[in-house]
Amino acid sequence: MLQQDIAQAAAKVTNKGLRRRLRLGERVIEGWIFLAGMLAIVVLLGIIFILLKEGLPIFANTPPWEFFFGTHWYPVSDPPTFGIAAFFVSTLWVTLISTAVAVPLGVACAAYLSEVAPSKVSETIKPIIEILAGIPSVMMGFIGLALLSPFVQSLFHLNTGLCGLTAAIMLSMMSLPIIVSVSEDAMHAVPKEFKEASYALGATKWETIWHVCIPSALSGITAAIMLGVGRAIGETMTVLMVAGGALAVPASPTDPMTTMTSAIASGIGNAVRGGLQYQALFAVGLILFILTLAVNIIAERVLERQKRKFAR
Amino acid sequence: MNIKLNVPDISARPTDKCVTKLKAERVNLYYGSFQCLRNITLDIPSCSITAIIGPSGCGKSSLLRLFNRMNDLIHGVRVEGNVELDGTPIYDPKIDVAELRKRVGMVFQKPNPFPMSVFENVAYGPKRHGIKSRGELEEIVEKSLRHAALWDEVKDKLSQSGLSISGGQQQRLCIARVLAVEPEVILMDEPCSALDPVATLKIEDLMRSLAEDYTIIIVTHNMQQAARVSDTAAFMMMEPDRAGVLVEYGPTAQLFTNPKDKRTEDYITGRFG
Repeated sequence: MLQQDIAQAAAKVTNKGLRRRLRLGERVIEGWIFLAGMLAIVVLLGIIFILLKEGLPIFANTPPWEFFFGTHWYPVSDPPTFGIAAFFVSTLWVTLISTAVAVPLGVACAAYLSEVAPSKVSETIKPIIEILAGIPSVMMGFIGLALLSPFVQSLFHLNTGLCGLTAAIMLSMMSLPIIVSVSEDAMHAVPKEFKEASYALGATKWETIWHVCIPSALSGITAAIMLGVGRAIGETMTVLMVAGGALAVPASPTDPMTTMTSAIASGIGNAVRGGLQYQALFAVGLILFILTLAVNIIAERVLERQKRKFAR
Repeated sequence: MNIKLNVPDISARPTDKCVTKLKAERVNLYYGSFQCLRNITLDIPSCSITAIIGPSGCGKSSLLRLFNRMNDLIHGVRVEGNVELDGTPIYDPKIDVAELRKRVGMVFQKPNPFPMSVFENVAYGPKRHGIKSRGELEEIVEKSLRHAALWDEVKDKLSQSGLSISGGQQQRLCIARVLAVEPEVILMDEPCSALDPVATLKIEDLMRSLAEDYTIIIVTHNMQQAARVSDTAAFMMMEPDRAGVLVEYGPTAQLFTNPKDKRTEDYITGRFG
């Protein structure tokens, strides 16, 4: 009797010890993962906090209305004026044009890779396109400066080839890889049955791509476009190098421009820490952050919808 | 430059007597270096149902897809021999494959409506072939759905997704989609294998009624189904090197009651396969 009890008790203890150790290991890992996850959130919150803390005070000096719609950016005159309309319009121009160039090219390229090219060709081309995404932006700026801007200058008879259009074209080259890659994945994920059904009804390859593949992959393609747009809005170095840097509100894409990103990059070095210009640049950063965040959220939502669509 | 396929004069089509609609002569089919079909020769009569039966992997589907060149979609496929539709060789390099597929429609194993509305599913084919007027499309959609015995079930759901109706309805929708382009031949690749018995019966009834106007070829695993619906049956088998051969081909009644080949008899009596 007694022996049995002891044996049972011993088994309990061993079991308990065993379980506790497992739990401990589990907890350490859990804690580690939790911390890692938290870190990202903490960093994000910190960035938002600093942007707000450094940026918002500018509105005490310049009312939001004047800040957003003011056309003059004279940070060092007395009194200084901070109107970011020129930056905002420049960012808009550059982003819209680069999207307008990159989307048709990117989607067509994705359709080619996914539906037309033999698998050997697409397996070769896709990694090459993805390498394009890894080219440092300063290199793209350099190429724009050396090769594209003289061409744009002579094509449109401009005083300088360093203008919004040149920047937009370089940016489209930079957002192309992500658009191609993500929309190719989306088109590739369109069930083979849909394509077969289309071909079997006597549709041509082009008709099948246009009426079946692209509509079925539309949410994925939209997400790809959003990611490309996000890239174009946030890109700094290339734009700083080739957009021309004029501070006036651009009337046409061929005017020299300063986008919100390049305004921050070129201005922050001269700004006195905590000064008005410093605050104004942080406010520009805040707006930029909100813009890219919005674009990312939309992309995320759309991708989510794409996933659910084929989960049947 | 495409050669136009001979379009048969429908008024001259004999209703009591069958003519040869499709013809395969000494066909070999290769996927890369792998031979899938060997020396297949058969004539498919018009306005009747031909069943292709045989064990899994013997090349039934490949033979079926020979007739609308769906095998072309597979990389590295090669066809030797002659396949004719109404006397026109369809593997002629100058043949317009899209036009061929319009005349030789296909229904797949798994119901595969497009992720579009019921209406758009049926209108897809006609639209691709140049019909734009809404009125005309509505007419075609209703006619096709009625013909596929689906109209009464979906007439109030035309704008709903084709994926929202039941599996049996989806398969009839796919048949309606094929009918909408007015083919002459309908290829069916195990059209009932994903369906329940009631839906299967409905599709079989539909096939019988369609056989009055269309040449139907059906691949099936289900021997009862082949016996129930087909007029002519082809029994295929694999040779030891895995190439599919045609063992026996003849009227269904004869093939099932009095097979000429020992292997056919073994198969239909359930001794293997």
